[in-house]
Amino acid sequence: MALLEIKDLTVKFETNDGIVSAVNGVSFNVREGDTLAIVGESGSGKSQTAFAAIGLLARNGHATGSVKWDGQEILNLPEAKLNRIRADEIAMIFQDPMTSLNPFLKVSDQMEEVLTLHRGMSRKQARAECVRMLDAVRIPDAAARITMYPHEFSGGMRQRIMIAMSLLCRPRLLIADEPTTALDVTVQAQIMDLLRDIQAEFNTAMILITHDLGIVAGSCERTMVMYGGRIMERGTTAEIFANPTHPYTLGLLDAVPRLDRKEDTLPTIPGEPPDMLRGFRGCPFEPRCPKAIERCKAEAPALERVSETRVRACHRSPEEVA
Amino acid sequence: MSTPLLKVEDLRVTFNIRPRGAWPWTPSIPLHAVGGVSFELEKGETLGIVGESGSGKSTVARAIINTVPAAGGRVLWKGDDLLQMDPHKRRQHRQAAQMVFQDPLAALNPRMKVGEIIAEPLITHAPGTSKADVKRRVGELMERVGLLPNQINRYPHEFSGGQCQRIGIARALILNPELVICDEPVSALDVSVQAQVINLLSELQRDLGLSLIFIAHDLSVVKHISDRILVMYLGRVMETADADTLIERPVHPYTRSLVQAVPIPDPVVELAREHPVLEGDLPSPLNPPSGCVFRTRCPLAQPSCASERPAPQQIAPGHVSYCPITAGEREVARA
Repeated sequence: MALLEIKDLTVKFETNDGIVSAVNGVSFNVREGDTLAIVGESGSGKSQTAFAAIGLLARNGHATGSVKWDGQEILNLPEAKLNRIRADEIAMIFQDPMTSLNPFLKVSDQMEEVLTLHRGMSRKQARAECVRMLDAVRIPDAAARITMYPHEFSGGMRQRIMIAMSLLCRPRLLIADEPTTALDVTVQAQIMDLLRDIQAEFNTAMILITHDLGIVAGSCERTMVMYGGRIMERGTTAEIFANPTHPYTLGLLDAVPRLDRKEDTLPTIPGEPPDMLRGFRGCPFEPRCPKAIERCKAEAPALERVSETRVRACHRSPEEVA
Repeated sequence: MSTPLLKVEDLRVTFNIRPRGAWPWTPSIPLHAVGGVSFELEKGETLGIVGESGSGKSTVARAIINTVPAAGGRVLWKGDDLLQMDPHKRRQHRQAAQMVFQDPLAALNPRMKVGEIIAEPLITHAPGTSKADVKRRVGELMERVGLLPNQINRYPHEFSGGQCQRIGIARALILNPELVICDEPVSALDVSVQAQVINLLSELQRDLGLSLIFIAHDLSVVKHISDRILVMYLGRVMETADADTLIERPVHPYTRSLVQAVPIPDPVVELAREHPVLEGDLPSPLNPPSGCVFRTRCPLAQPSCASERPAPQQIAPGHVSYCPITAGEREVARA
């Protein structure tokens, strides 16, 4: 059975400028030990999908559809009930480690709180466990440094603290939202290495939300590509990269300069990312799509299953796209 | 040999930092943001400067256009030292060297219309230009960078990030500069838009014969656009070579780690690659390691690295590495 089962999730925000449909009918499953990457550009709805699933939407946001955790419906549950699941079973790491740690509290206070609250441990037990976890994320001299404040650590170290904190309750699912975007490449390599090791060691399922196709290639089994709040394509990472069947995936893969390739001009996707305020009748990618036909304007393509592992949403057939 | 367009010799930039919780009479500590950087830039050439945050790459750019004072060294523009130049002449140089910034929206005045933003440098440096001429020139440039001329009366917030960056580029080009310094011009943009801006920059460079200094942390982007690459770490140059050589046959241990740390968006290649992870973090620039600044994280560090600042080692013509250890190793391999 799937650990996390999201069906037809829709997220709308009420803003002064009108209603923004950030996520439109997204469905996917995550199994035990699975690693799923959600790839997309800003405004694709990739983060809001995750936020909605664990009840972290901004106050003006409203989610409909169904999110089942372990078979139980958790979408729009009251805060108190969600708090039992969050941190305990689902943990999240955010993009900017400085803004997600409390600058006024020592690292030890912030970390121990998780265990005393969720596991009912004594301060002393909690401290020992926290130090062990900081060791596991390779923070040198953890026992001494745990009493330091967040600003005394570097960006990479702070992200390690966030990872350690998220793992304290041995969650079954870890959601990492752009965990390395704020970090330098060599530190990014350290953190991704760490996440891979932890994933293998604790058999934690992971959803990695990112815009960086390079990170996805090295760390996730499955990939889901989103655009304009919709799923464009989903499959195993190997399939998606070797044989993309959606014009957007194709364009995205071509537009990234690669270290191991020489090209004179980069192939580009014309136009700009969609204005989410406008809403779409048809496919959100239609205005920028080189393969668009009349039908794409009028009617949004449904997500179709192509094979055991693969789904796509496009009116053109895979042969026409490739 | 002809004089290069720009020659930077042993450029140093020092900031005076007040220590934390300092008394008013406590002397400030010098922070050596750039500690002796040298390079040359030919006309029509693109030089990429890569490095992680805190490596001093942006400070080098700022010192060249004189927005931060240099503490030492020389910046030769067609043979004249900019640092010693009298203000009037320096003003002329300012027209010839323009800059494009990272955050496209923050770089544009929100209260000015796009047309005014693009025209501003022209009006400042050539006040005699007639209104019609200014308007014609702005229109031409907007078209050149891929904006519609009828958007001239809009405000920056009405544009997307990619379009704002186009406005920034148009503004940089209006004085017909010879050198454009781009400081992380695409790192705030989405992947699909990033490719458009990169293509625009290389197109403009080719058509207008511009020299570019392209500063970025993303090695893949830098490699794509640059003829030559300069790798910086903690204010020092580690290695410089032409773009392909630097990526395919890096010599300096830092460059090697950097190249290996960049993920390649292809699972087949990426999973087969070796990923020796570089341990540790960037040391504090207030208290840099003695000798070679990279030695604290270097997998090949030896005791001798702590004592002496590494001298440049010529690996091949145009390929210089600041690591005596690997330079020797390479000779052994060749012999």
